[in-house]
Amino acid sequence: MMARIFKHREALLFVAILMLVGAIELRFPGFVAPRNLVSIYNDTAILIILALGQAAVILSRGIDLSIAANLALSGTIAALLNVAFPDLPVIFLLVAAVISGSVLGAINGLLVWRLSIPPIVVTLGTMTIYRGTIFLLTGGAWVNAHEMTDAFKAVPRAVFLGIPVLAWFSLAVIVVMMAVLVMTRLGRAFYAVGGNPHAAVYTGISVGRTHFFAYLVAGALAGLAGYLWTARYAVAYVDIANGFELDVVAACVIGGISIAGGAGTAIGAVLGALFLGIIKNALPVIDVSPFWQMAISGTVIIIAVAVNARSSRVKGRVILKKAEHAL
Amino acid sequence: MSVSETRFVPDRLHGRAHRMARSWESLLVVVVVAIFIVNSFASPYFLDAWNLSDATFNFTEKALIAFAMALVIISGEIDLSVAAIIALASTAMGFAAQFGMGTPELVAIGLGVGLLCGAFNGFLITGLGLPSIVVTIGTMSLFRGLSYVVLGDKAFTGYPSDFAYFGQGYVFWVISFEFVLFAVMAVLFGILLHLTSFGRMVYAIGNNATAARFSGIRVGRVKFLLFLMTGAMSGMAAICLTSRLGSTRPSIAFGWELEIVTMVVLGGINILGGAGTIIGVVLAAFIMGLVTFGFGLMNVPGIVMSIFIGLLLIGVIALPVLYTRIARRFRRGEAQ
Repeated sequence: MMARIFKHREALLFVAILMLVGAIELRFPGFVAPRNLVSIYNDTAILIILALGQAAVILSRGIDLSIAANLALSGTIAALLNVAFPDLPVIFLLVAAVISGSVLGAINGLLVWRLSIPPIVVTLGTMTIYRGTIFLLTGGAWVNAHEMTDAFKAVPRAVFLGIPVLAWFSLAVIVVMMAVLVMTRLGRAFYAVGGNPHAAVYTGISVGRTHFFAYLVAGALAGLAGYLWTARYAVAYVDIANGFELDVVAACVIGGISIAGGAGTAIGAVLGALFLGIIKNALPVIDVSPFWQMAISGTVIIIAVAVNARSSRVKGRVILKKAEHAL
Repeated sequence: MSVSETRFVPDRLHGRAHRMARSWESLLVVVVVAIFIVNSFASPYFLDAWNLSDATFNFTEKALIAFAMALVIISGEIDLSVAAIIALASTAMGFAAQFGMGTPELVAIGLGVGLLCGAFNGFLITGLGLPSIVVTIGTMSLFRGLSYVVLGDKAFTGYPSDFAYFGQGYVFWVISFEFVLFAVMAVLFGILLHLTSFGRMVYAIGNNATAARFSGIRVGRVKFLLFLMTGAMSGMAAICLTSRLGSTRPSIAFGWELEIVTMVVLGGINILGGAGTIIGVVLAAFIMGLVTFGFGLMNVPGIVMSIFIGLLLIGVIALPVLYTRIARRFRRGEAQ
């Protein structure tokens, strides 16, 4: 029974998270208070949303390094619209951010699909282009809290049933993405294309189109996260979420999503993001200097990858025993 | 990573001149010349020996790492931790300088930390068989995190005065030490990749690691050496950069890893492994340096320059694909 549970990577990660939380609770009683847990979840919500988008891309054997730049550009667009048209209802700005994110994701997708440029090259290029575009839009100036309308800033902070709306958004995204990955044809196509693109072609799946939709999904989620980020932190400028793309990839990898594509679950990505989020939130609480944060999350990533790879190493058929040992 | 793995296989049907004219490197030469001409028209200050010499600082340090990165990418791996290695090596040198160590010791420490970091990456990737993109994302946080642990929000200064030579010294009147180092390394890496059996092994591994393994190449050992090389070159870049800036902060060289990968890919190294040349990387380094410098002279902010680099990267890679597609359509039209 226990052995069966430990074979499930998600269960293993869940146990690790429980142990982590337990250890922190021992050192600092009160950490597990519902209110504190909600606030930690809330702080991690944006990472969860992005990790789910990145998961779709990595599952189909791609990578999206432009996801944080997309967040920044879409968020800036929403903020600038808010400044230019203060009377526009927030729902329009939210939709505008999602549309902008989807368009930026679609650009990635089209470049990967139509021009068959490797995903890492495409998103490396669009990452700098999207960040540069923010500069062109804002002239390098910040969009500050006092320029944004109160309604714009209020949405992610509003509390519904004791939980902030920001957290509700991420819960909704989790449910939708789990459904998409498990129950829809598109979700199965992500796995099929990532697992074996050549086989996917023979089952009638268009590999390029699947890539396109993966980037579209990631882009739309980045757009949503963009609005939530700018509204929550009430600021938009060129460098918001700089370097966040690697946190997002790390969350997916910790969650057991194989970087080679085809393996992993939505719940894994969520748990991976939570694991990183808890560590980041717990360090100040247990009196570890914030300067340790990067070193610790780096160590966690390496350990997680090592554990994941150990349990899922695909052993090829060895036909030349001697040659195999010589390596 | 992508399904349609286009490799730059030389076209045997055409003659040598025809092949050269259509090669990636000649395309890059055209781009370099074009940027050079545009620059010299755009700013009256551009064509000045001292200015041009200063312009080399925009790419020499990154290019040093790009040479080693080119080999790593040709072998089908990637190293995203190089900028973090610079930070850690620079921090170690700064720490040592606080105890009054001399220049030779500092250089040894810089290179040593680079080699250690490279060995750590190499062990995780070849020893444990983990994917390099993920490992180096992890070690990137780890190495830079260690610099933050040591430095906090402070900076190390107070390097010995002769240490400044590496980043500020000139060998031949206007030609900087860094540029000479860049040229020497370009030749060394060119020889290593194109004229030695080690270089052929790197290509073989990138094209088909399993086939390489069964033809007797010690894949793990070669890859380990490659990561050792990126580590050592990062250490060397750290010495130059630290010496040029005269101080160490934990955020030193932030974001360089992606610029270096961009340089390598722009230089015609196939990101999927197995193809590319060092001369391409040299040209790409010149392109990126000249663009940065030209835009700087015209007071264009760095971030706008990065748009241009991004467009250049995608455009240059898309061009051959578009070209073959249009040519095919054209030929089909002729046949009918």
